[in-house]
Amino acid sequence: MTHATLEASMAADRVRMKDGPPAGSREARALDVTWDDPPGLLGWFCAINHKTIAKRFIVTTLGFFAAGGLIAAVMRMQLSRPENTLVGPDMYNQLFTMHGTTMMFLFAVPVMQAVAIYLVPLMVGSRTVAFPRMNAFAYWIFLFGGLMLYAAFFVNSGPDAGWFAYVPLAGPDYSPGKRVDFWAQMITFTELSGLIEAIVIIATVFKMRAPGMTLNRMPLLVWSNLVTSFMVLFAMPAVMLASTALILDRLVGTHFYNPAEGGDPLLWQHLFWFFGHPEVYLIFIPGLGFLSSVIPTFSRRPIYGYTAMVLSLVATGFLAFGLWVHHMFATNLPELGKAFFTAMSMLIAIPSALQIFCWIATMWTGRLNLKTPMLFVLAFFFILVLGGLTGLMLGAVPLDLQVHDTYFVVAHLHYVLIGGAVFPLFGAFYYWYPKIKGRMMGEALGKASFWLMFIGFNAAFFPMHWLGLHGMPRRVYTYQAGMGWDGMNLLSTLGAFTFAAGVFLSLVNAVASARRGAVAGADPWGAGTLEWSIASPPPPCNFHAIPTVHGRDPLWQPAPGGAPARVSGLAVNVREVLVTSVIDALPDHRMTSPNPSPWPFLTALATTVLFIGSIFTPWAVVWAAIPATIATILWFWPKHKDNSEDLALEKAP
Amino acid sequence: MTRMLERALYIAALALAVLCVTSLAQYAMAATPIPQAPHDALHAMGPQAGHIVDLWRVMLWTCSLVFGAILAALLFAILRAPRADATAAPDLSAVDRAEPRVRRSVASAAVASALLLFALALASVFTDRALARLSLAGAVNIEVTAHQWWWSARYLDGGHADTFVTANEIHIPVGRPVNLQLKADDVIHSLWVPSLAGKKDLIPGRSASMQFRADTPGPYRGQCAEFCGFQHALMGLLVVADPPAQYEAWVQAQRTPPAPPTGAKAIRGQQLFQSTSCAMCHAIGGTIASAQHAPDLTHLASRSTLAAGTLANTPAQLAAWIADPQKHKPGVNMPSTPISRDDLDALVAYLETLK
Amino acid sequence: MTTAATPASRSDATLDVSGLPSFRFSHHSPMWWGTLGMIAIEGTVFALAIASYFYLRMHSNTWPMFALPPDLFWGTLNTAVMLGSLVPNQLAKSASERLDLPAVRLWLSVALVFAFLFLGVRVMEFASLNVRWDSNAYGSIVWTLLGLHTTHLITDTIDTTVLDVLFFTGPLDGRRFVDVSENCFYWYFVVGSWLPIYLVIYWGARPWPS
Repeated sequence: MTHATLEASMAADRVRMKDGPPAGSREARALDVTWDDPPGLLGWFCAINHKTIAKRFIVTTLGFFAAGGLIAAVMRMQLSRPENTLVGPDMYNQLFTMHGTTMMFLFAVPVMQAVAIYLVPLMVGSRTVAFPRMNAFAYWIFLFGGLMLYAAFFVNSGPDAGWFAYVPLAGPDYSPGKRVDFWAQMITFTELSGLIEAIVIIATVFKMRAPGMTLNRMPLLVWSNLVTSFMVLFAMPAVMLASTALILDRLVGTHFYNPAEGGDPLLWQHLFWFFGHPEVYLIFIPGLGFLSSVIPTFSRRPIYGYTAMVLSLVATGFLAFGLWVHHMFATNLPELGKAFFTAMSMLIAIPSALQIFCWIATMWTGRLNLKTPMLFVLAFFFILVLGGLTGLMLGAVPLDLQVHDTYFVVAHLHYVLIGGAVFPLFGAFYYWYPKIKGRMMGEALGKASFWLMFIGFNAAFFPMHWLGLHGMPRRVYTYQAGMGWDGMNLLSTLGAFTFAAGVFLSLVNAVASARRGAVAGADPWGAGTLEWSIASPPPPCNFHAIPTVHGRDPLWQPAPGGAPARVSGLAVNVREVLVTSVIDALPDHRMTSPNPSPWPFLTALATTVLFIGSIFTPWAVVWAAIPATIATILWFWPKHKDNSEDLALEKAP
Repeated sequence: MTRMLERALYIAALALAVLCVTSLAQYAMAATPIPQAPHDALHAMGPQAGHIVDLWRVMLWTCSLVFGAILAALLFAILRAPRADATAAPDLSAVDRAEPRVRRSVASAAVASALLLFALALASVFTDRALARLSLAGAVNIEVTAHQWWWSARYLDGGHADTFVTANEIHIPVGRPVNLQLKADDVIHSLWVPSLAGKKDLIPGRSASMQFRADTPGPYRGQCAEFCGFQHALMGLLVVADPPAQYEAWVQAQRTPPAPPTGAKAIRGQQLFQSTSCAMCHAIGGTIASAQHAPDLTHLASRSTLAAGTLANTPAQLAAWIADPQKHKPGVNMPSTPISRDDLDALVAYLETLK
Repeated sequence: MTTAATPASRSDATLDVSGLPSFRFSHHSPMWWGTLGMIAIEGTVFALAIASYFYLRMHSNTWPMFALPPDLFWGTLNTAVMLGSLVPNQLAKSASERLDLPAVRLWLSVALVFAFLFLGVRVMEFASLNVRWDSNAYGSIVWTLLGLHTTHLITDTIDTTVLDVLFFTGPLDGRRFVDVSENCFYWYFVVGSWLPIYLVIYWGARPWPS
């Protein structure tokens, strides 16, 4: 026998065993081995299981959340009294730039994608995401981009032109040195990661759903991530183009933003906010998905108004692209244009209001189980609603002209982002932690953490409304005594530390519960979506047999008599998955999913060399493209072993 | 028992929260005493800021109403719904049956929201119109240029010979409209005098303008509102509204170069000013110092602050500022001047003559 | 088109999918959706870059700023070359969907010849823009537009080269034919996106008939 035929016969042997309800524990074990990440240190870099990557991603984003929070604590210390000298203007400008950049680019958007990468396959009944290697690559690129930014910060090259980096201040003339270059290149890293994750999520949602999960039965969390991912596709290119033009202005002397040579500083603002406003909704819409998961479970009934909820999510996604100019009301734009953006700012409140009414209706007609996840979710109704209402005020041009660029806006945006995303996210952590770790988080500690966070948050940010109305501008490293701002600033600082203490309690809770928490079991909350049908933590293959879906809450609505409850016939020794049709989730074809590989990591490394090198010389784009290209080709190039397995399973259409 | 306790706790917590919000809102409504110059969007001293305060009131009350209604609905839902735990079987009755009563409530709430939003949008548009209707008859025309981190103002009225330049302190006549032409010298800044009007960005390569009127005499503080680098925090300015006669007198004074110094010390100060680095950046009308890189000092002694509102303008503060500007405003473009105590005194004596 | 799974043969009602094909073309394939996602992203970048071009043009009194419009010859020639490349591209695509190995090899190779041809002409296009990227904002946006598109030409050429080599050396299986089909789909985008960019670069800098 030649080597090739031997390999082929071995492969044929490997594909003979199939999964499904008739299969026994031998098949289940084989599935777990097949889908597990390779062992050892080398294996650690080759891991592509979506849960492994998602856990790393979540931990990394939470690490950045902590870093951004510590930076905020220093800023609040500095502002706790007038004419404080804890940090000077140079350091303060770096701090607030790092805080905004970290929270927006390294925490809020990526953490939502990271959670989606963990949950979406489990919720749609798939063994993996659509492109697991791309998913790993996106994580590595994100990690390297974040580390680069912090490395720059620690060597006193932290960006200092604001997370919005307005030109000409961020341009070559007024920000010499490399600080802004690191910022602009960080955009390239994180946007590349975010765009890839968006494609991964869209393809997973469209093509990997369990049979029977029509679009009309998809969990609302999956819908919210689908809408978010589509928004990413159309929003993030704007900031990538803008930051590329900024890098070109800074490094090779183009004149996009230089008014002396026909450029225009407002071009930056248009491009930046064309991304920047939808970005708020990229952060907020997944939070709505968490609410729509938690509220029905703890109200013991299906969500009220599913169709209205889906339509609201989609409408919010569209309207979010019509708001960007309300960040630019103070620039000299035509009045009629501004009125249009006022109308849009008011209009986008309607789908959010509709969702709020549907959630209240769900609770109204349900039976409530008020556990910690529910508390965090209920905070949304207080905080986000307040933030939304101040948003209406900012949408009104005349009022915006007074409070724009003041602490009023700082208050507003934290009410929206922390109320709309962080509180629901913490609710989500308490809700899905048992699924991820197999143990419950402590309820008492959870409630204590919640109340500290809730009270601390309001004490920190509510006074900022007052400060803004009474004249305190944003982004100031100090303020003079006698302005009347002292008391509220001190209160705000105390509140911020209370909030931080609450966050810390949740961290303690998570660490302690990982060992000592009560064992959760598959479905500790009595929930209705598919991720609760499998063991906690989930096995490497997620589902030993792919379920079939017969309703919007599959665990509450099992298969009617005679209808199949499970899928069978996929290989157990090869990573074979079922691909279904986009709208009706009918079985379409089988597909082998890629095996673990070091190339996503190595390609990310080569790409990082390219991005960072380009900060120092434009020629890096040329020479560093060579290793990056080689790595990509080796990534793609099929291995003989994989190829023979594919051939053994092959059946032409 | 626990259920009642729980209810009481929730009612107390939410009531406390609503109380906090409304009382803080009330607190925010009330204008607070400002020690020196008002710098406060709610402390309106002219029609432009006044219209905006009216809009703020409309929005505050409407939004408070909505907020209260949503919280009340939530509270009521939480209180009326029975309790259950995770083992309770889910209520699936809604899967195949419509819920017409819920549907009616949700739909009417949505319609009410839409109507309120429409009303708010209208209020915004009407305020915008009111702002645009400010009559500019007999307006004072001033060109304001923002620099890192100070303001220059050129008074444009009259012939070419009548124009004059000042820095960081703009005088305007009470009761007459003011029309500011806004320019930026380096990066984007934003002019904001909250007690008189909303803000407007000053963008390099673009022109903008701003109109307002002060109805009560007095100084009004303003500040740059767009982050503009190192000393964005200390880029203040003063708009001083004078009664008409006083304003005319001030204009006349500004148009007249200061009298040459008389005392020996002041004369030596002038020589120092002209022979050291001072004159490379600053201008003093009627002398050979005419550089435009830094605030015009022609009538420095008549102004109430130094370094764009950073320090009070007293001889001691002026001396301290000249000796070490970086200490008071780190990163400012004015270098520290290594100068002997005597020379510094002479310089200050000269600058104090620039009434 | 419905692809019902083979009816459950066992009595305990499972949905047996072992009889389904192991790859399918077009929108059935997750790869197609991935490619479409890339196209959406890059199409948005191009659209925004074109919008930026007109934004700058709107704010300028003269256009092009202190420069002659780009020479028409090389750009127009390249448009013709790219449109011509659609023929082997389509033939490669339909060959892949027929699983016709010799035809895929042939038409991929022919398409590659076109690819190297339009890359060569692209160098001449840069040389005939009549403006430098650092002369003024007009030069900056024109170089960026052409540069962005050139990046796509280069990556598509590399993709096609790798696929073509793979089809001669192996290892091959059915999914590689799907890869060819997706590569051709992407090629359509690269050529299709050129047409508006061509119009903007070469005709946006010339006075329009009123």
